[in-house]
Amino acid sequence: MKILVCISVVPDTTTKITFTDNNTKFNTAGVQFIINPYDELALTRALEITEASSGTVTAINVGLADAEANIRKALAIGAHDAVRINANPTDAFFVAAEIAAYAKDKGFDLILTGRESIDYNGGLVCGLLAEMLGIPSVNVVTKIDVAGGEATLVRDIDGGKETVKVALPIVASAQKELTEPRIPNMRGIMAARTKPLAVVEPAANKVSSAFNAFELPAAKAGCKMIAAENAGELIELLHTEAKVI
Amino acid sequence: MSVLVFAESVDGKFKKSTLEAVSYAKETATLLGTKTIAVSIGNVAEADLKALGNNGAEAVYAINLDKFTPEAYSAAIAEVAKKENAQAVIISNTYSGKSVAPRVAVKLDAGIASGVVSLPNTSNGFVVRKGVFSGKAFADVAVTTAVKVIAITPNSYQINTYGGEAAVINHETQLGADAWKTQTVEVNRVTGKIPLTEAELVVSAGRGMKGPENWGMIEELASVLGAATACSKPVSDMHWRPHDEHVGQTGITIKPNLYIAIGISGAIQHLAGVSSSKVIVAVNKDPEAPFFKAADYGIVGDAFEVVPKLIEAAKKLKASTSN
Ligand SMILES: Cc1cc2nc3c(=O)[nH]c(=O)nc-3n(C[C@H](O)[C@H](O)[C@H](O)COP(=O)(O)OP(=O)(O)OC[C@H]3O[C@@H](n4cnc5c(N)ncnc54)[C@H](O)[C@@H]3O)c2cc1C
Ligand SMILES: Nc1ncnc2c1ncn2[C@@H]1O[C@H](COP(=O)(O)O)[C@@H](O)[C@H]1O
Repeated sequence: MKILVCISVVPDTTTKITFTDNNTKFNTAGVQFIINPYDELALTRALEITEASSGTVTAINVGLADAEANIRKALAIGAHDAVRINANPTDAFFVAAEIAAYAKDKGFDLILTGRESIDYNGGLVCGLLAEMLGIPSVNVVTKIDVAGGEATLVRDIDGGKETVKVALPIVASAQKELTEPRIPNMRGIMAARTKPLAVVEPAANKVSSAFNAFELPAAKAGCKMIAAENAGELIELLHTEAKVI
Repeated sequence: MSVLVFAESVDGKFKKSTLEAVSYAKETATLLGTKTIAVSIGNVAEADLKALGNNGAEAVYAINLDKFTPEAYSAAIAEVAKKENAQAVIISNTYSGKSVAPRVAVKLDAGIASGVVSLPNTSNGFVVRKGVFSGKAFADVAVTTAVKVIAITPNSYQINTYGGEAAVINHETQLGADAWKTQTVEVNRVTGKIPLTEAELVVSAGRGMKGPENWGMIEELASVLGAATACSKPVSDMHWRPHDEHVGQTGITIKPNLYIAIGISGAIQHLAGVSSSKVIVAVNKDPEAPFFKAADYGIVGDAFEVVPKLIEAAKKLKASTSN
């Protein structure tokens, strides 16, 4: 089994989001970056699959040198080797095109992404990458088992779940519930220092969109308080004032 | 030229989000000075296909595939997009839509924006607004390719009615074996429950409810209001509620008209997933709970006393508005 796990590096979930340069750039000052939580699940599940049989797990990131601390973390969690495509990941199409260019002749059986990156929330790389590679995609999966060249997956659908079966290779995107994320231990951290991390120059350089400007949601005008004894009044206000029920 | 919209159906019925997408496509087509074409896949009744005209579609391609795979659906949609020379393809950002849209984009060599919450601004290029940082902010994204794929967030665009009927074009598509590699083994759809991602009203509860045995009143309030139920992360982590109810930065991001949070503190990761809701209500016994800063209406009190009062008032309201 050769598994490729796509790792994006995102602001920590507690980050207070602000922008600079007249609201055109995300303000990274003081922001701590982490591995996208869904990608951590994908990585852990990939390790479980290779541990149960055999195989290797490669972590791949499209990013600049500052992503390497988190790529090392992926190695510390257990990835066997890692690749960084040396480019600013401008959008999901760009990222997918670079990963496709890298992966196309490497014979990966399974490629995993996260359900979405928690910064730009595209939820796109899985489908884009699969289409570029001409293989099936299974989105938002809470279960993956692999046996005899075939994967059985459970995916979220609107209002429920669906179990599917498909021959490898495929691309799948990890949803919560897939597994519990692993925390790197001391041995893993030591081992990560000497594991291979290849830096590859971008090959596709696909530009199809641009982030022009950002805006924070409008602040709430204030919270109208209703006394607990008269809680029923809330329903009246929602009907007559807010007009939502 | 045209704007193409994927008219998603479940069990042969169009969804509310489909009518939103058709209305959105029609307005986009007006901005671009072109026509609106819909594509429906699955077995939908002729009358329902025609009725898409009321929401702005001039014609609707009816393609009868009996199974769903992202590969098959994207191939069918891209085929029609090419045939109709589509400049923009509109798809609703549902689970199915999301699995289809990126594949359509690659087939058409189109730039793609997902999670879109506004009509395009076409005064200088083609710029759409989308949610980023899990609801903590918005971004204006310029899609710079000739063809664009736009995946719109359910409940972010209204349903418009224009009158009229769509012309139905029955279309056969020849798909190779590659489109059918993925086989469905089992489908478990929760019936009689409103899917959270599409719900207009949501009643959500957190650790303040103390235990799963106390969810009866949450479900009752939701059912009286016709709302979906949701929960905070620890509640689903402890298996008090199913995972698919977990909203927030690492759960589902939702945008209902009304979000009622009961016994939820309002942590930044929770707010991220719900702060785009039009109206937010917080019920919490702690007057300092952060949720009150993000809410439009608040009640400081014990959920076990407040919620029964809300149920009673909601029942009264429903009784008075139904006759
Ligand atoms: C990486 C990461 C990602 C996360 N992602 C998410 C996410 O996606 N979604 C999410 O929800 N959380 C997320 N969290 C967790 C988040 O930080 C909070 O811990 C969580 O939202 C708290 O849940 P809660 O409000 O239900 O519980 P608590 O924080 O325990 O709050 C319970 C609230 O109930 C009130 N209360 C208690 N009893 C009563 C009563 N009888 N009547 C009324 N009110 C009462 C209390 O005053 C309190 O405000 C994440 C955390 C991390 C670190
Ligand atoms: N810069 C990146 N490098 C590697 N993988 C990425 C990158 N950005 C996104 N991904 C992968 O694609 C998934 C979905 O991202 P997105 O489509 O941006 O929401 C993430 O969870 C990652 O697995």
